[in-house]
Amino acid sequence: MLSGVRPTLLRTVVILKRCNSTLVIAEHNNETLAPITLNTVRAATRLGGEVSCLVAGNQCAKVAEKVSKVSGVKKVLLAESPEFKGFLPEALTPAVFTVQKQFNYTHILAGATAFGKGLIPRLAAKLNVCPISEIIGIKDAETFVRTIYAGNAIQTLKSADAVKLITVRGTAFEAAAEGGNGEIVKVPVESISNTLAAFEGQELSKSDRPELTSAKIVISGGRGMKSGENFQLLYTLADKLGAAVGASRAAVDAGFVPNDLQVGQTGKIVAPDLYIAVGISGAIQHLAGMKDSKVIVAINKDPEAPIFQVADYGIVEDLFKAVPEMTALIEKK
Amino acid sequence: MSGLRVLVGCKRVIDYAVKIRVKPDKTGVLTDGVKHSLNPFDEIAIEEAIRLKEKNIASEIIAVSCGPPQCQEVLRTAMAMGADKAIHVEVDPATYNGMQPMHVAKILAKIAQENKIDLVLVGKQAIDDDANQTGQYMASLLDWPQATCASKIEKTDGELKVVKEIDGGLETVRVKLPAVVSVDLRLNEPRYATLPNIMKAKKKPLEKKKPEDYGVDMKATHQVLSVEEPAVRQAGVKVETVEELVKKLKEQGLIPS
Repeated sequence: MLSGVRPTLLRTVVILKRCNSTLVIAEHNNETLAPITLNTVRAATRLGGEVSCLVAGNQCAKVAEKVSKVSGVKKVLLAESPEFKGFLPEALTPAVFTVQKQFNYTHILAGATAFGKGLIPRLAAKLNVCPISEIIGIKDAETFVRTIYAGNAIQTLKSADAVKLITVRGTAFEAAAEGGNGEIVKVPVESISNTLAAFEGQELSKSDRPELTSAKIVISGGRGMKSGENFQLLYTLADKLGAAVGASRAAVDAGFVPNDLQVGQTGKIVAPDLYIAVGISGAIQHLAGMKDSKVIVAINKDPEAPIFQVADYGIVEDLFKAVPEMTALIEKK
Repeated sequence: MSGLRVLVGCKRVIDYAVKIRVKPDKTGVLTDGVKHSLNPFDEIAIEEAIRLKEKNIASEIIAVSCGPPQCQEVLRTAMAMGADKAIHVEVDPATYNGMQPMHVAKILAKIAQENKIDLVLVGKQAIDDDANQTGQYMASLLDWPQATCASKIEKTDGELKVVKEIDGGLETVRVKLPAVVSVDLRLNEPRYATLPNIMKAKKKPLEKKKPEDYGVDMKATHQVLSVEEPAVRQAGVKVETVEELVKKLKEQGLIPS
């Protein structure tokens, strides 16, 4: 049942090199640490050297404290400045660059999120190296595994760059546990100013459900849901199961749900224990985002839908009948 | 004030609808005889540039592509949509094979400087290498601000207000011009090139260049060791009733029973 790349990941060899040292750039919102940072720390520990973590923000001492307790983190660099409001790459790049000049890390890692993808390439240009995007495996300190063509090919590459700048796919590495005792060191960043870009604000989708990329169960709806109101069927079922709700591009484009629910090549990559695809045909681009799920269930009235080719359990049935029935059965126990 | 000079990056990629095949020798993906087209995100970038021109915000649109001679086809597509002229940076096959986003970013940054560009629009990622790097990298080389994954772009005085797609929703940033903006799916719906425009595009200027013209070192720093098929999932089963489905999921401990 374990699919995709995972078996190869388990076989990968970690080559210990004494001279390696890795910097993980923590993602947070000044209050809480983004879970993907823990997956990134785990990837960093696989490189074999000492792992430090940079926590940069406008008021993030509390987050630094948390990071210092993550297993594997030896040192936490705390960089606080009002310029880091909104975590803009224009302000953070000089901060990481300064830290890199002082400590000469061999690897700099961040999670492959909007934050990491924005920052790592910008930093790479300053160091004149080519970043490695969204790795799913580490063979050794120079050799990494990633997917290309919407997950339809697995590429193994060896980087000769002096510093390896990497974003990490969270679902490919387990989260680092608690139990560390890192030392917190302040980084002087007073001289950094950013006049290029300014943060205006955010409109975040509020939800009590678990976060999509780290949920154990994900229920996604596609074009077959027909309207935004009908997504209520999935929310009801999701709440019964403690699941997160996702969507296909078709459902987002049709305005049924906001864009941050999109699962796929250009949306979020998820790999839950259980993925339930409802009214989703299973286009290449959608499969890219979910085909490493442990168990896939498809509910679709079209028996020819490509989603059935990857589904462990499929049911050919009208979703408007099947989903309420499923909810009722789960309620009943 | 004269309008913005806009540069748009255009990558020729295997068409998004093609089911790709890995070469038996594991050196890459089969590309010969496979349908190629303009990277879908770059199409959105071109469309946005044209809309800015239609609103008299942009004055000139230059489309650029780096790669083999066939890249001229995607540049003609961009011009048929409405780009004014194109630059083709021809890269020989051996070099192209090892070309990384870093190299493209370096070339694009030079072109942006030489052509006094105010705004660079690129797709957020190419659907072949899925790197999502070029825009950010070139912004950094130029020391320009970047706005990634744009779903809305508005011009204000000497600035752009950009709504970005981020993990938890949307974020708004203001960036000073000149700037680099990478575009996301939701920004617009690209137009189709009409036949008369396709004919007209054949007469639009297409300048041919080489990476050497921009003094960019094209040496590959990444060596691809292998490209393999992902593991195939085992065939699943079809269940007849929802009851049976729920029972199976409960048995496996996937849902609480």
